[in-house]
Amino acid sequence: MELIILFSPLLGAVLSGFGHHLYGERIAIYSATGLLFLSAVLSWIIFFTFKGETQVTQIFTFIESDNFISNWSIRLDRLTSVMLVVVTTVSALVHLYSVGYMHGDPQWKENESYKPRFFAYLSFFSFAMLALVTSNNLIQLFFGWEGVGVASYLLIGFYYRKPSANAAAIKAFIVNRVGDFGMALGIFALFTLTGSVLLDDVFAQAESLSQRTIGFLWMEVNAAELAGILLFIGAAGKSAQLFLHTWLPDAMEGPTPVSALIHAATMVTAGVFLVCRMSPLYEFAPFALAFITVIGAITALFAASVGLVQNDIKRVIAYSTCSQLGYMFAAAGVGVYQAAMFHLFTHAFFKALLFLGAGSVIHAMHHEQDMRNYGGLRSKVPITFWTMMIGTLAITGFGVPLTQIGFAGFLSKDAIVESTFAAASEAGLMAFILLLVAAAMTSFYSWRLIFMTFFGAEKGDKETHSHAHESPWSMLIPLIVLALGSVFAGMLWYPEFFGYYVEEFFGPSVYVGADNHVLHDAHYVPGWVKASPFIAMLLGFGLSWLFYIKSPDLPAALARSQRPLYLFLLNKWYFDEIYETTLVRPAKWLGTFLWKIGDGKAIDGVLHLVAKRSVPALTQLAVRLQSGYLFHYALMIVLGMGAIVVYVVLFGGH
Amino acid sequence: MNNLLTVITFTPFIAALIMMFFIRGEEAAAAKNIKFLALVATGATFLISLFLILGFEPEVEGFQFVEEYTWLLGLRYKMGVDGISVLFIVLTTFLMPITVLACWRVEHRIKEFMISFLVLETFMIGVFCSLDLVLFYFFFEAGLIPMFLIIGIWGGERKLYATFKFFLYTLLGSILMLIAMVYMWVDAGTTDIEVLLTHEFSHLPLSILGWDLIGGIQSLLWLAFFASFAVKLPMWPFHTWLPDAHVEAPTGGSVILAAILLKMGGYGFLRFSLPMFPIASEFFADFVIWLSVIAIIYTSLVAMMQEDIKKLIAYSSVAHMGFVTIGIFSFTHQGLEGAIFQMLSHGLISGALFLCVGVVYDQMHTRKIADYGGLVIKMPVYALGFMFFTLANVGLPGTSGFVGEFLTLAGIFQVNTWAAFFAATGVILSAAYALWVFRRVVLGDLVKASLAGVRDLSNREKLVFAPLIIMTLLLGVYPSLVTDITGPAVMELKNHVLSSLPK
Repeated sequence: MELIILFSPLLGAVLSGFGHHLYGERIAIYSATGLLFLSAVLSWIIFFTFKGETQVTQIFTFIESDNFISNWSIRLDRLTSVMLVVVTTVSALVHLYSVGYMHGDPQWKENESYKPRFFAYLSFFSFAMLALVTSNNLIQLFFGWEGVGVASYLLIGFYYRKPSANAAAIKAFIVNRVGDFGMALGIFALFTLTGSVLLDDVFAQAESLSQRTIGFLWMEVNAAELAGILLFIGAAGKSAQLFLHTWLPDAMEGPTPVSALIHAATMVTAGVFLVCRMSPLYEFAPFALAFITVIGAITALFAASVGLVQNDIKRVIAYSTCSQLGYMFAAAGVGVYQAAMFHLFTHAFFKALLFLGAGSVIHAMHHEQDMRNYGGLRSKVPITFWTMMIGTLAITGFGVPLTQIGFAGFLSKDAIVESTFAAASEAGLMAFILLLVAAAMTSFYSWRLIFMTFFGAEKGDKETHSHAHESPWSMLIPLIVLALGSVFAGMLWYPEFFGYYVEEFFGPSVYVGADNHVLHDAHYVPGWVKASPFIAMLLGFGLSWLFYIKSPDLPAALARSQRPLYLFLLNKWYFDEIYETTLVRPAKWLGTFLWKIGDGKAIDGVLHLVAKRSVPALTQLAVRLQSGYLFHYALMIVLGMGAIVVYVVLFGGH
Repeated sequence: MNNLLTVITFTPFIAALIMMFFIRGEEAAAAKNIKFLALVATGATFLISLFLILGFEPEVEGFQFVEEYTWLLGLRYKMGVDGISVLFIVLTTFLMPITVLACWRVEHRIKEFMISFLVLETFMIGVFCSLDLVLFYFFFEAGLIPMFLIIGIWGGERKLYATFKFFLYTLLGSILMLIAMVYMWVDAGTTDIEVLLTHEFSHLPLSILGWDLIGGIQSLLWLAFFASFAVKLPMWPFHTWLPDAHVEAPTGGSVILAAILLKMGGYGFLRFSLPMFPIASEFFADFVIWLSVIAIIYTSLVAMMQEDIKKLIAYSSVAHMGFVTIGIFSFTHQGLEGAIFQMLSHGLISGALFLCVGVVYDQMHTRKIADYGGLVIKMPVYALGFMFFTLANVGLPGTSGFVGEFLTLAGIFQVNTWAAFFAATGVILSAAYALWVFRRVVLGDLVKASLAGVRDLSNREKLVFAPLIIMTLLLGVYPSLVTDITGPAVMELKNHVLSSLPK
């Protein structure tokens, strides 16, 4: 069954990408979609029937070099089963949604075939993602890791006529490669230390690693901490955490279903998954964990702050994703991997919902993405409006304080905030404060999005507004399914992910150290802590309502009076500009310098000096070469020698 | 068959003889016969070489398929293969028919062209199966002649400059190697490589002009061989002949140059430097590793700024060869095996990339990146193939490019984290230059009027790429095809080297 789940998306990719010449586009894209649904159904069956013991299915050997042994295999445990449903469900729904969304895409000319390619990429992505989450060793994991990166590259650059899309695709790949660079070093470190790349071997030695040191560059560092930090660099790249986040907003150049699937629900959560997967290692690397908490919390705040002022509907959601991933890392960093996985799980529903909803709005508005040209769309796209309302209630964490009744995000986000407080460490406390502020900001920008899009007066092009229409059912059904998940996923699975059944549910898939009682303590934090995210949420909602419904002139006035701050946020803290001046341009300059001066002047200069002495003779040779005589001379010599060899071999003495 | 290696080596040569003496005339029919004969001969060589791979027993220590005869003047003709060399032979025979097919459109002096290639194939195979110093030297150097001719006669505008640069560099290296070989013969009393592998060359410190040379004779011999192999591979800073040679060479020449000829340097390190001069190898290991690290970063940066597609791929080759030398001189199992894998994989990928350039060069007669753009619109199949090899070149897992890079880095990490750290930045830089050039050539809108008439791959061209794609994927997904064969030999080599080092 696991094999079918893993390989049917690959089959779908092949059928769609290569087969459409044989049987047409329609069958191609339906077969890819159908196979994904098959995967999804089987994944849910596994999710409900899984008993808790880790199972490994071997497929065949991958890289084998002495003790460097890896297999293609499927590791099935609770973490895998959670990821399986997240990946296949969202992917199947996005496939279905794309049938409607990609129909008659104005980016393409008449008679240009683009749909099979799109579905092939989507399915290929799903395969790579599944290979990642089912891996039993670090090498297959890396395969999936880079595989999803390539799928992401291909899909961001899907509109290959657009220069901006191509640039964004390359940026995404390269920034991810910076992360992969760290991750690869982490894998090498673990291999050097443990002599194996199999997860179980590494886990078995995790405790002893924490008592060893390893020389790395100029440092002599704790082995477990080093591996933890290096692997986290990979996670930070994939999950767009601070310093490696710059690719994610640009990735919105891809078609909107891609943003929902890859850049919101699944691929970007791979980093969180990695940290949870490696929990047996991280539990012995307290410094690495604190580092993760700090980076996660700062990212949550940073991205939320940038999200406050963005006007492109997809970019707002992109920064929101970046921010929510920060929450997950903060949770994992304080050792409550379960809460991280819980938020990963619920986030997949409501974030995919918000993206697909945004796609529906964009579809209705003829690919207009600037929210300043929206307004009053409530009645024109009612189903989209109501499902997005649900998504917003879920992401902002709406529920009944001090109970377990609420939208999905209410339960999972509060679980994280409580965990950071319960950690009672410096990093945890800092995260607690930052995450609360970020929660208020989340609420503000999420409601801002709703208010600017669906409320108020119609702005922008009248013509576009008059043609705005609700999307077809193939797009609405995924929205409704995801909306159901956004309402109920938190309440239904709270006991398993964070409540009473949590230990039984996760079993051995998540390792919790003997001294780690944070999860337990999180349930006994003071009432004000439990209520605080809700209050932050109300605050954000109130301000948003004031700014965008009550007195719509306020934002502009504030932007004017606080201009430097506004520009700072609008320009995303100037990360792109800083990287451009400190990294990209110097690299290009250095490349040209080494080429023209290094190779040209220095190395070839010396060579030419040597050559000058022998020029007359060489010129002579050149003349001969051109006339063709030399060819014959040379050939005759060579043939003669060869003939002797043949003669000797056949008749020669032994 | 106890003459198998000789048969494989000289089949193309005999075809060349037949072509030379029995096919006359310049007319179309003769040209066609020549091409078919070349294709049949190289194809047959490949099929025969399959017997070699099927009959090869990886677990057996030492050399297999050994043949030994007396040659001229008491010289020995000795051939044999082990787990290190056998796959290079198959790589050569595999790529030759593909190259011949890719050169189907060559018209100028087709007969000499094909003869050169056939003769070249014999020499290349000979290099990998020689077990005698003199024989090895003969093949190693003789291979230069047909390559020299291929660039010099069928090359581009600056072909003379390129050929002389090529010639000068390699000549310098090989003279030193020859001197070293003579010394080895005198010292050991034999030119038999199998015996030399067990011979211990003196490593007592030598005092030259008041300066103590650690490793003594071994170091001198090592340096002499290094001069030859470092140029061949090429290693920084002996690499500047390669971009020029590639730019001027015809497509087929570039393919063979990148895919096979460069590998002789790496093979040389594995066959001679490491096992015969282990103490010197260890002494110079850091030196080689740092040259390689410089090569990876330096040439990747240079590659990024190239305006000529072929130059870009040439520089990228130098960077990829950096991983090879890093792996070899890490003296770890993963490093050595990764180096062999990287060479084989690079043979497939760089060869394919040059073929990709050849496809558009045949139509547009320009190699300038700026002259292209938006090819995907008219050439979707081509774009897919080019993309595949671009990603393979970047070392994407699932393609063969990943395995070698990853293993060599895993190897070097165990001995030198600084080098591993800097070499690993190569994976970032390679993504930068490879994706950027792909974007500028293939992606975007097709706006240049000159490109309006381009056509997609013909069936012949698809046939050229198909085997390369299959092998790149196959080795990427199931690398044991290679490591099952190389593993025991690498283990033997590593143990031999490590046991020769002073404790």
